[in-house]
Amino acid sequence: MYSEKVMDHFNNPRNVGEIENASGVGTVGNAKCGDIMRMYLDIDENQIIRDCKFKTFGCGAAVATSSMATELVKGKTIYEALKITNKAVMEALDGLPPVKVHCSLLAEEAIHAALWDYAEKHNIKIEGLEKPVNDISEKEEAPEEEY
Amino acid sequence: MKTIYLDNAATTQVYPEVVEAMMPFFTEHYGNPSSIYSFAGEAGKAVDKSRETIASVIGADPSEIYFTGGGSESDNWALKATAEAYSGKGKHIITSKIEHHAVLHTCEWLEKQGFEVTYLDVDENGVVSPDALKAAIRPDTILVSIMMANNEIGTIEPIAELGKVAHEAGVLFHTDAVQAFCHIPINVDEMNIDMLSASGHKHNGPKGIGIMYIRKGVKIRSFIHGGAQERNRRAGTHNVPGIVGMGKAAELAVSDMERRIKYETELRDHLIERVLAEIPYSRLNGHRTDRLPNNANFCFRFIEGESMLILLDQNGICASSGSACTSGSLDPSHVLLAIGLPHEIAHGSLRLTLSEKTTMEDIDFTVDKLVGIIERLRGMSPLYADFTASNKK
Repeated sequence: MYSEKVMDHFNNPRNVGEIENASGVGTVGNAKCGDIMRMYLDIDENQIIRDCKFKTFGCGAAVATSSMATELVKGKTIYEALKITNKAVMEALDGLPPVKVHCSLLAEEAIHAALWDYAEKHNIKIEGLEKPVNDISEKEEAPEEEY
Repeated sequence: MKTIYLDNAATTQVYPEVVEAMMPFFTEHYGNPSSIYSFAGEAGKAVDKSRETIASVIGADPSEIYFTGGGSESDNWALKATAEAYSGKGKHIITSKIEHHAVLHTCEWLEKQGFEVTYLDVDENGVVSPDALKAAIRPDTILVSIMMANNEIGTIEPIAELGKVAHEAGVLFHTDAVQAFCHIPINVDEMNIDMLSASGHKHNGPKGIGIMYIRKGVKIRSFIHGGAQERNRRAGTHNVPGIVGMGKAAELAVSDMERRIKYETELRDHLIERVLAEIPYSRLNGHRTDRLPNNANFCFRFIEGESMLILLDQNGICASSGSACTSGSLDPSHVLLAIGLPHEIAHGSLRLTLSEKTTMEDIDFTVDKLVGIIERLRGMSPLYADFTASNKK
């Protein structure tokens, strides 16, 4: 059901991990629905994204779209990164099954959430950036349920 | 790469002996059992023989066995036709929250037709309480439908007690025994069952064939209208090869049931013990002992089921999950939610269902792979990162 590219990015995800003291970190998604993506950006003084890492809880498509999104933003300026759409992520992966399109939306939102965090931390305004609907970065952690 | 098939609750291999028994009814004895000439006699006899075998498996009379197109049809028939036939008495039906969708979606459809349905809760092991059933029965209750064993978590319901409660109140009792038939002993009299659904392909028979047991005296309308087959209750030319195959598969299963139950239980328990001991933050879903001999169902925290299935598949292991991604919706399995699991934990479920062909080596290989897969997925899970970070604090 998945393209070869999706399977490649699922099996060999690029840029998995965390960035210590990242310039911006964004978490989007909903554990209830089964997808959470967290993206870390390292942005230099020229507003160029030097490094990008991710951690994702989710299905094969969620992992692959996160991985592809990190590839796409690396080396870009924040304004170029802002323009990366879910469509671009999907196209780069040679498409996604219709039920998985929401994963690519989440990847787009993860970039936006990380940029939002960067802008807030550095007290700047990124023209055209809106806080993503599924941004859960600032939410208190859900209390641990008895298990 | 060797295929390790651990999804026998989804479907099973058709045994070669079963195929062998079926073959003559495609090419040689292809007559229509409803025909009058002697050429069709072999087919008719084979249908009768299969009916007798299947009746004997559940302690019924052959005249109480009706062949259908499968488990879903039987469930639809039991619910819709009973509802219609008994609507003069009342319009209330009781079932549970963990039924198969063949029952649940039929109940939802019946609600749209003006029937009222009570969906009983289950406990943390997935067991329906006879007391809760008793309390739910009303004067206008016409049918109780509770599955014999759950297809996801394997829990075996206290059918004899539930059936007794229904009968004491004068209410018909149906059970969806698709997962239980030919896997555990069934007796319709001792278990107070009025109607029972079963399917051929869950016990090494062919797909597209099932049965419904209907106790003598139960008023039930025809569901598929047409010819006079199946005592006028289920029209359609007999699927003779399918019927023969289901009968043969039942014969094989029952002749060896005790040994198979013992063997599968041993493998299952080894699997459960190893997984719970070797994978942290894992839990078993369903009753520890009152469960199908071939079913193990786990949840692994901080990971999602589909990713796990893809990685298992890459090691030749066929399994299933109750995650949203595998159900095509945003919600994980209704069964896992009904036993009280939070969504995020239900997303990380894994069902492994064994067969008598599964070996101890298969189980050990699977657990070995699973340990690495879970570790790998947790390594990229933000939920696990948060969890370990908050533990350090």
